[in-house]
Amino acid sequence: MHLVNHKDTRHEELGNTLVSRILEFVRFVRENDFQIGVREELDALTVAKHCNITDQKRLHWGLRSLLCSNSEEWKRFDNLFKIYWLQPVKRTSHIQGSIPGGKLPFDAATENSVDNQEIKEINSTQQDEQGDDPVGQGGTRSGASQHESQLKTDFRFLTDTQQMQRMEEMVERLARRMRRRLLRRYRNLQRGQRIDLRRTIRNSLSHGGIPLELVFKRRLRRLPKLVLLLDVSRSMSFYSYLFLRFARGIVGAFKDADAFIFHTHLVQVTDALHERNINIVTKRLAVLSAGWAGGTRIGECLQSFNQHYAKRILNSQSIVMIFSDGLDTGTPELFSEQLALIKRRAKKIVWLNPLLGRDGYEPTAQCMQAALPMLDLFASAHNVESLLALEPQLAKL
Amino acid sequence: MSETPHTENKLVSNLQRDLFEAEYVADQSLSSTLLLMTKLQRPLLVEGDAGVGKTEIAKALSKSFDCPLIRLQCYEGLDVNSAVYEWNYQHQLLSIKIQEARDLPTSEKHIFSEEFLLKRPLLEAISLPRSPVLLIDEIDRADEAFEAFLLEVLSDFQISIPELGTITASSIPHVILTSNGTRELSDALRRRCLYYYVDYPDFDKELRIVRKRLPDINRQLSSQIVECIQSFRKLDLRKKPGIGETLDWAAALIQLNVENLSSDPELIMDTLVCVLKTRDDRNLVTKDVLEQLVMKAG
Repeated sequence: MHLVNHKDTRHEELGNTLVSRILEFVRFVRENDFQIGVREELDALTVAKHCNITDQKRLHWGLRSLLCSNSEEWKRFDNLFKIYWLQPVKRTSHIQGSIPGGKLPFDAATENSVDNQEIKEINSTQQDEQGDDPVGQGGTRSGASQHESQLKTDFRFLTDTQQMQRMEEMVERLARRMRRRLLRRYRNLQRGQRIDLRRTIRNSLSHGGIPLELVFKRRLRRLPKLVLLLDVSRSMSFYSYLFLRFARGIVGAFKDADAFIFHTHLVQVTDALHERNINIVTKRLAVLSAGWAGGTRIGECLQSFNQHYAKRILNSQSIVMIFSDGLDTGTPELFSEQLALIKRRAKKIVWLNPLLGRDGYEPTAQCMQAALPMLDLFASAHNVESLLALEPQLAKL
Repeated sequence: MSETPHTENKLVSNLQRDLFEAEYVADQSLSSTLLLMTKLQRPLLVEGDAGVGKTEIAKALSKSFDCPLIRLQCYEGLDVNSAVYEWNYQHQLLSIKIQEARDLPTSEKHIFSEEFLLKRPLLEAISLPRSPVLLIDEIDRADEAFEAFLLEVLSDFQISIPELGTITASSIPHVILTSNGTRELSDALRRRCLYYYVDYPDFDKELRIVRKRLPDINRQLSSQIVECIQSFRKLDLRKKPGIGETLDWAAALIQLNVENLSSDPELIMDTLVCVLKTRDDRNLVTKDVLEQLVMKAG
């Protein structure tokens, strides 16, 4: 690995053991889902040198500034630092061992330090435990495959609260990023400007007829206006909270997006989602939806949407996204009538049905059957991957 | 670096002292990070809620380094023309006309020389002889395209102007970016920068800030004010009061010659306009709530 060369030439003052401890720490932090590249490993050594390695507090602060890149990481860092540096060696090695993939020290063979001995031992015990499991060997590969499986996990299988929390944050960030990507696509379409001669000549009057300020014709750049309708009935309970986080991301990123939740009634939640503190959001939503009981009545909810909001909210740029499993206790006639009304006002209708991700599911529910011909996009939304796949589809619409 | 640990630590405490003299009460960790930033010559991204003093960091830093502060306020639609440079068209035109009137040949080189270049913050920051502090405020408000451009400037510290060629930095500025998190910043920018998260100050720190900024304030009042503000932040407010609000409130109370918060509840309620900035928050903090908080503050 090239790191070793750098280390030998540039960081010899720090001493081999220390260098490897620091690099190992950087990797330890990376294993904990920090966004860190190879460059940060080198920078960490520079920081360590500047910060005067013997001063634990300053090393802590220096590495924190370098390795963190958002407030969430900032809050987690102190604990990681403590775990790695301040626990007795025995504990540390235990923690190293417990990290998935047991990332192994870069070039352990060429170095001759106590640490390496230790690490080799851990390595051998790990291999004993894992047997021939190929995933356990390369650190990065196991990280990647773990990540991959996370993307593919159906949301309903998330049981662990911590896992759930992480997934929620991921989904929300994904929604926020969507705006950036969509915007890029729209920008690219915009190439090929033409000069607006009429206005250029008019403007040139103030400069004695010399066209100093060129005025360009611009194609209007408009992002789609997203309107999200989320089903929060009991049959959707595995998904609704995550979809709410997704909606929160969308509402945060797209200025004119609107979100509604429905079950037996329909309520606008755009303002509630704008709240910064997620705990407050949850509380407010709980208040908004208090006392709802009985079966889902999608038709009536859409009707109330059409009566109270559609005129103001929908325009020819709107994309209406409905998150629902389509299990309805109302009449399909009312439902299809109301959906048709939406269809007339909005640009496109997208239906996201988490059941579609399950093997053998057919959209046979009456309500789904009635809706299908009117949908511009019918997709599953049961895991992160399917949400990711949504973005290019949206751009195409 | 051949500095001994001793001198290193001294540098940190010196900086901390300088910042304090510039009326900024900095944690040791912040001073240490600022020092690191100047040494590594990397930009520092500061995040935190509105009103925790992110912008003040840059101001205090420029005071304590005794160097100019160049500020670029970001907003949606900020473009290269208002951030980097612009040609002074009117001036150029005038110059052409004058040359024509005197029957002198006009050369393009002359028209596009530094004489007619209007330097905007970014260009100005890299063309000073001594490193200034460059504050890029609320970077999350600028759009993605500008962020990408900024990233390029911050990594190479050079700007190319087609008519003039590439201008390389004569000194590398100390760059501080602030963000309120209204938009997700790109990973590339985050990785380019060192990061610091500023939280609301704790009681002791806020008290020190109030006493530093308003030296005339009486001791009891100042600790009551800070205690109250700290409890306000724990309430379920829509907009938590920042340090600016604390100082405003304290200044208002001094103006009104209030010596003790428990003396005149009506008057204190009226002064809360300095602290609570939305209608919901005003409704939430009733007289009873305030009295309770004041009682707790002692």
